[in-house]
Amino acid sequence: MKALLIRDLTLAFRAGGGFGLGLAFFLIVTVLVPFGVGPHSALLSQIAPGILWLGALLACLLSLDRLLALDWEDGTLDLLATSPLPLEAALSVKALAHWLTTGLPLVLAAPVLGILLALPAPGFFWLVVSLALGTPALSVIGTFGAALTVGVKRGGLLMSLLVLPLYVPTLIFGAEAARRGATGMDPATPLLMLAGITAGTIAIMPFASAAALRVNLR
Amino acid sequence: MSLWEYANPVRFLALSSRVLPVFWGLAALCLVSGLIWGFFFTPNADKFESTVKIIYLHVPSAMMAINVWVMMLVASLIWLVRRHHVSALAAKAAAPVGVVMTLIALFTGAIWGQPMWGTWWAWDPRLTSFLILFLFYLGYIALWEAIEDPDTAADLTSVLCLVGSVFAVLSRYAVNFWNQGLHQGASLSLDKEENVADVYYFPLLVCIAGFVFLFLALVLYRTGTEIRLRRTRALQAREVRA
Repeated sequence: MKALLIRDLTLAFRAGGGFGLGLAFFLIVTVLVPFGVGPHSALLSQIAPGILWLGALLACLLSLDRLLALDWEDGTLDLLATSPLPLEAALSVKALAHWLTTGLPLVLAAPVLGILLALPAPGFFWLVVSLALGTPALSVIGTFGAALTVGVKRGGLLMSLLVLPLYVPTLIFGAEAARRGATGMDPATPLLMLAGITAGTIAIMPFASAAALRVNLR
Repeated sequence: MSLWEYANPVRFLALSSRVLPVFWGLAALCLVSGLIWGFFFTPNADKFESTVKIIYLHVPSAMMAINVWVMMLVASLIWLVRRHHVSALAAKAAAPVGVVMTLIALFTGAIWGQPMWGTWWAWDPRLTSFLILFLFYLGYIALWEAIEDPDTAADLTSVLCLVGSVFAVLSRYAVNFWNQGLHQGASLSLDKEENVADVYYFPLLVCIAGFVFLFLALVLYRTGTEIRLRRTRALQAREVRA
């Protein structure tokens, strides 16, 4: 398992691995928002938590394409499926690698982008907390989407259509927690719900992903 | 004699050709009588005037939109556990019907909402969760369309239907938490106090029965089409090989 994690991480960090692309996308989305809605900091600070959550979610979604597709093409997935490691565990590791290379950088970059959107001062802490709690769920759910569509040629758009509705609960609770934090309300309830969703998806989704991948590898 | 006998496509087609005319007839009878009764022979409500009558389309279609998904979930489970092809095809056949039901519910709701709430659309929990349900239906159909091998497609869509059901329920409660509702409470429930008045209640029941029969007839009909389509493909494949 450790070997697989290290392999995935190395592949992501090496040239052409696409590390940082998600981050750059997040930055661009955040920069484009003021052009779209106008530069008034009152308005921006009101929508900042939601925009940052949405940007992180889209950045996560875009990087899902690479999660399994390359390994599918060169046959690594077949090897993984026949290895003694259960496919559920292998996919959990892959989701973890995806989170470490995409989710975690997004969490760390979010406060910086928060400045651009005039996020109120108490919001920074809760934004980071809610993203840190929520992005693992995005990676795990995304792995399921990638496993479903890995056999489809040019399945990127299809995957977005499948994965985005599954992201709804995570986004609602995550953005709500960040918004409540930014406006000085108590964000405990949505944060707990968000943590529950993350824990639940981490526990259950690998089985669904493995089931879907087994069908595709048949 | 058990239900599983009809997992055999030949038996299924024989049964459905016998019951289909009955279902079509019952659907037509219930819908025509229920709608005419509802539209022309019930009084206008105090505050709502004649707009109340959209209930005869809105409530049944909204009920069916959810029930069709539940039926797809059951059919997917049967396919995953017992590998009956008819079951997978029935789930596939039901999805477009579910989409149309969801759309009818959304559109009639919008038409009613414009004069009553003063807006076509509001981000009310019920409205929002129906929109999300619509997206789930779209994803399900798109996945069926995208995969060529029929067994792989059936497997993957079944898994998606299972996971989607969990997330649809989650989303329902999440949006409840997220925004306060504009939509009134349940029009129909086992609790008598909550129900609409009897004048509207009985024609509504007839309309619901009509929608259920319409759905049964459509699904049986479309499943039959899918079975025949697959047979034609098998025959064509055999011809190419010969």
